Formats: sequence, C-alpha cells, structure tokens
Amino acid sequence: MTSTLLEARQIHCERDDRPLFSGLDFRVGSGELWRIAGPNGVGKTTLLRILAGLNPAFEGELLWQGEPVHRVRTQYQANLLFLGHNAGVSSSLTAYENLAGWQAMRTPAVPEQVMAALADAGLSGYEDLPAAQLSAGQQRRVALARLYLSSAPLWILDEAFTAVDREAVAQLEALLANRVRAGGAVILTTHHRLALEGVQVLTLGEGYDAV
Amino acid sequence: MRSEPRVPVRLQEQEGGWPRAAVETVRREWLIAFRNRQDLMNPLVFFVLIVSLFPLGVSPEPEFLRQAGPGIVWVAALLSILLSLNLLFRNDYADGHLEQWVLSPQPLALLALARVAAVWVTTVLPLVLLVPVLAVMLHLSPGTGLVLVLTLLVGTPVLVLVGAIGAALTVSLRGSGVLLVLIMTPFYVPVLIFGTGAVTAAVEGASITGHLALLGAMLSLAVVLAPLAIAGALRISVSNG
Repeated sequence: MTSTLLEARQIHCERDDRPLFSGLDFRVGSGELWRIAGPNGVGKTTLLRILAGLNPAFEGELLWQGEPVHRVRTQYQANLLFLGHNAGVSSSLTAYENLAGWQAMRTPAVPEQVMAALADAGLSGYEDLPAAQLSAGQQRRVALARLYLSSAPLWILDEAFTAVDREAVAQLEALLANRVRAGGAVILTTHHRLALEGVQVLTLGEGYDAV
Repeated sequence: MRSEPRVPVRLQEQEGGWPRAAVETVRREWLIAFRNRQDLMNPLVFFVLIVSLFPLGVSPEPEFLRQAGPGIVWVAALLSILLSLNLLFRNDYADGHLEQWVLSPQPLALLALARVAAVWVTTVLPLVLLVPVLAVMLHLSPGTGLVLVLTLLVGTPVLVLVGAIGAALTVSLRGSGVLLVLIMTPFYVPVLIFGTGAVTAAVEGASITGHLALLGAMLSLAVVLAPLAIAGALRISVSNG
C-alpha cells in the first residue's frame, strides 16, 4: 500500500532568466526511494530546496498529502527531515549538544536516545568533543545521526554521503532501504552509485545517463 | 554505522512544543556565547573605549561631561550594538544551522523573539550594567545615572530587535556590514533622540515620563512586529542559499 505523501505539479524554475527545469510532475509515495540525477549545475539542489519548502521562487504546485505545502507548512516541516550541503553542525558545540539541540526543536530529546543515535552513527567516544575537533566525515556523521532519531515519513537528502567512508555509505544505503521498506519515503541526490533496487530516478538535463 | 532504523515511521499530526523549542534556542545561544566568550568582550571593550576616550579627546571639564555624558553613552551603546549585530546570524548561516532552524516545525517568529532576547542578555545587558561606573567617570549625578540606565534598559531592546531584522535580511550577502549600518541607522535615530531626551529632561529637573512612555511604546511595537519581520527576512535569506 502506498499513499502519496508529496506531489509536485508542473514545477518550473528559472535562475538568471535561464530555465533550470520546467513541467516537472511526480508523486512521491510512502515506501518509495527517489533519486534526482543529472550533471553538475542542472538544478538538483535547487529542486530539493524547493521540495523542502526553503525556496519559494518557483512556479507550479507542491502538495503535502493533497494540501499546498505553504498552507500546511508547520505540519509539513514536522514530517520532513532535510539534510543540505551544510547540515547545521555548529563547530563550537559538541556532537552530543548538536544532536540533542536539533532533536529538542522537534520532539523532547531523550539523552539515552541521542547517545544511542551517535553510537549508531559510529561516533562512540566522540560525543563530548567539540565538532570543530572532528574530521569532516565525523561532522557529517553527526548530521547523519539525525536519521536514527527521526520519525519523519519524508527524508530529503542532498549529497548526504559526502565525506563519509565507503563502509558507512554501504550501511547508509541499507538504512535507506530498510526505511523505505518500513513505509518511509526518501528523495536524494548522490554521485555515488546506489546499490539499491527499486530506485525511481528523476533525471534533470538532456541526455544524461543516470546509471 | 547502523543500518537498522531506530524510530518507526510516524506521521506527525499535532503541533506544539514551541516553549521547548524557544528554551532550546535560548540555551543554544548562551552555550555558544559561553564557548566563545572572548567574542562577547569585543562590544564591551569598544563601548568602554568610546566613552572613556571622549573626555580625553574633547574636554575633561565636569561641566562639559555632565552635559554631553548621556549622549556619549547612548551613542557608544548604539554603535557597539550595531557592530555586534552584524554577526548575529552569520555563523548559523554559514554552517547551515539557520536552514534547520527555519525548517523546525515551530512558529519561527517566536523562536526569533527568544533568540533576540537571549542575545540582548549576553551582549547588551553587561554593557548596561557598566553604565553606573561610567556615569561616575562622566561626573553624572547618581539620579541622572539611574535615569540613563533606565532609558538604556527600555531602549536597547528596541535597537536589538530592529537591528536583527537588518541582520536577518543581509546575512546571505557578502560584505554586508556597511549595508546593515546604513539600513539600520535611520531606525535607530528616534530611539536615540528619546533616550537622550529623557536623560536631558532629568538633568534639567523636568519630568521624564513622556520620553519613557514613548520609548516604551517603541519597545511594545518592536516586540510584537520585529519578530515577524525577522522570521520573514530569515526565510528570504535562507531561500538564497
């Protein structure tokens, strides 16, 4: 059973008077994994930011469970997890403070859960280190640890696998597959080769080989 | 990394939890301020320096200082607030926290108000607490010093609230420091006029309630309207990212 979570109708976006994409129609249902593919500069990030409700500069309609996103914004945001290029890990806070703070903005943060999520993300022993002292990959893991705390049905991940090692990418892919099986929906961009089945691909740009 | 999800997929229906989010916003602001406490010293040192250089640069006569003192303190406070506001959202914008903040399922205006209140406590309150000491240095009478502190307590929150709108609008621009100052200065002038006006009235033995009431009216307006403008400005800035 799949129910439509997010629906895009005739999305059209221009940048500097140059059309990035137009006439995009798609429905993302629960239990679906979507990959936005295309060469650099084609507007993948722009599209994801439009879908996350961060960028209102587009034409067309964006519906969350049949309601326009701008009208049910709070409800939409409660059901959305968005990870952008800069994931909002503050360098003067520790890994724990970063994750617990992120969680507290949504639902009450339970310390044990936050610690468990950090351990899941491979950060055991680094919980109380300021993020400034973590490597780029570890900082990324602090952001990715949110995936273990999120009950949101829709995940939008923009280049989420950047800077993490190959083993972690494989495990993240398995996590996404499990998540989709559990009824979540995932929209992502990545330049990694996804070893997953049943991925729906939305290709931006002409003649790009999306494999 | 673990490949099993920990939390089941759940559609969130009810809203709420903004008090918790507001408390978290304040807590985070203070925690970061505490970790970078040397940055908090900058506006403070700047403020004290301006006030103490005036007697050296212009005239150390008690008569002159008594007259110009309140104005000097007000201008110095205004300038140091203007300078520190430039950094208000800068780091959060750079590391992407602002994006997550805007995307949190809470009323953004309320969070912005909490944030500005937290910033006022960490950057402006210490400055106001220093004023009694500076008042002695400027040969102001204890009564005048008290009125000065009072006007600053009512007036500086307006400066921070209004300045935060400008900071939110310009955070995505490079080299926005001068722009922010140019945008904000006209809005600061009325606060300055009524702030110093109250102190001048007190020095001359006139009633200060009129000036204070106007400052209070500005504060009420700013508390209600500025958070909405800050939230709107933040959404615009984040959409440029």
